[in-house]
Amino acid sequence: MNWDWAAVVDFLPRFWDGLLVTLQVLVLGSVLSFTLGLVWALGFRAPSRFVRWPVHAVTEFVRTTPLLVQLFFLFFVLPEWGVQFSAMTTGTLAIGLHYSTYTAQVYRAGIDAVPAGQWEAATALSLPRHRTWLTVILPQALRRIAPALGNYVIAMLKDTPLLAGISVLELLQQSRLESAATFQYIEPLTVVGVAFVLIAYPASLLVRSLERRLV
Amino acid sequence: MSEELIRFENVTKRFGENTVLDDLCFSVRAGQHVTLIGPSGSGKTTILRLLMTLEKPDAGTIRVNGGKLHPADEKHRREVRKKIGMVFQHFNLFPHMSVLRNITEAPIRVLGKSREEAEARGRELLEMVGLADKYEARPAQLSGGQQQRVAIARALAMEPKVLLLDEVTSALDPELVAGVLDLLREIARTTDITMICVTHEMNFARDISDEVLMFDGGRVIESGSPEKIFSDPEHERTREFLGAVL
Repeated sequence: MNWDWAAVVDFLPRFWDGLLVTLQVLVLGSVLSFTLGLVWALGFRAPSRFVRWPVHAVTEFVRTTPLLVQLFFLFFVLPEWGVQFSAMTTGTLAIGLHYSTYTAQVYRAGIDAVPAGQWEAATALSLPRHRTWLTVILPQALRRIAPALGNYVIAMLKDTPLLAGISVLELLQQSRLESAATFQYIEPLTVVGVAFVLIAYPASLLVRSLERRLV
Repeated sequence: MSEELIRFENVTKRFGENTVLDDLCFSVRAGQHVTLIGPSGSGKTTILRLLMTLEKPDAGTIRVNGGKLHPADEKHRREVRKKIGMVFQHFNLFPHMSVLRNITEAPIRVLGKSREEAEARGRELLEMVGLADKYEARPAQLSGGQQQRVAIARALAMEPKVLLLDEVTSALDPELVAGVLDLLREIARTTDITMICVTHEMNFARDISDEVLMFDGGRVIESGSPEKIFSDPEHERTREFLGAVL
C-alpha cells in the first residue's frame, strides 16, 4: 500500500468542511452540556424530592446508556413521534445531553467542595439565595472544576465521530465519503486521525496548565 | 434599664443522641455585652448559630425583638437576620473577592446601597480596623489577624443591632490575638451594638462584658457581672473551669 500525497490534497476541501462541522458540534455541544449540567446539579440539591428524584433518574439513565444508541434513538425514533430535526441538530443535542450528565457530576463535586462556612457567611450577611449562588458559591466551584470540564470537552471531541452514524458531515463522515468515491482509505482516515491529535493534544496541555494554575 | 432584645425560652437542641442545649432560658437586653463561657462542647457556639438561623431548635422558642424566630416564615427570618451580624472562628471571608468587595457585597445587594456609598463606608471601616491600604488584596494575602479584622468590618458594614462573635481569636496565632481583641474593645466602647460573645479569652471577657454566662451541660449554671463571676463564683463547676483556664 502506497501513500499518495495527491489523495491528501484531493481530500482537503472535504476535510475543511468536516472540521468546521466537528468544531460546531463541539462548541454547541459544550455550551449545551455546561448549561444543562448546571441545571441537573442544581436539581440534585433541590429542597423537594419530587425534583431531586426525577433529575437523578433521568441523568442516571442517560449516563448509563451508550451515546450511539441515544443518537440512533433520537434520529430514527423521534420522527415517528412527529419530532424531526436535522442530523446536525440531533447530533448536537444528543452529545450535549449525554455529556451534561457527566458535567452535572463535576458541578456537584465542585459545589460540594465549597466549605460550609461560605454558605454560613452568606446567610449571616443576609444575601438572598440566588445571590449566594451567583456571587459566592458558583465562582468558587467553577474555579475548582474548570480543568475537569475541559477534560470532558476533549472527550466530547473524540466522541464526535459517532455522529457519522447518523450521517452528520463531520470529519469521519467526510473521509468515508471521500473513500467511497476514490477507494483510497489510508490517506483520508490518517488525515482525520492526525487532525484529532493536533486538536486534542494541545487542548490537554492547556487543561493541565489550567489545573496547575488554579490548584 | 434598656428593653429586652433577645430571649431564649426553654430551648433544646440535639445533634443525634447528643443534647447540646437543654431547656435553656436566658435573655439579652439591647446594648448589652454578654459573654458566654464554659467548657468546649457546652453549647455556646450553638446559641449563636441558632440566633443566626444556621440551626433550628428542637424545642422551645427564640425571640428577637419579641418576634419568634421559629416557627416563622422566611421573610420574617430574613428581616431578623439583617439586624444580626456574625464573626466566625475561621473568618469565612469570600476568597475570590477583594477585601473591599467582601465588605461591600452585602450592603449593595441587601441594603440597596449604591456602589459609591458602600465603598466609601467600606474604606472607612477598613481604616477603623487598621487595614486602609489592603482594600485591593485577596483574603489569602492577609494574615489570620488581618482576615479576622476584615470579617469584623464586613459584619459592621451591615449596620447590625446585634453582633455575634464566635471564638473569633481561637484560630489566630498568639501574637495576632491582641490586635483583634483591642479592635473589639474599641467597638464595644464606641458603639451601642449589642454583643454576644463566645470566647476563651477571660481577660477580654472581663473587660467588655456587662454580664457573663457560665455554661455547662447545655445549661446556664451561673450568671452575673464579670467581677462576680471571675472573682467570687458561686458554683463549684465555675471555679473548676476558671481555675483551668486562667
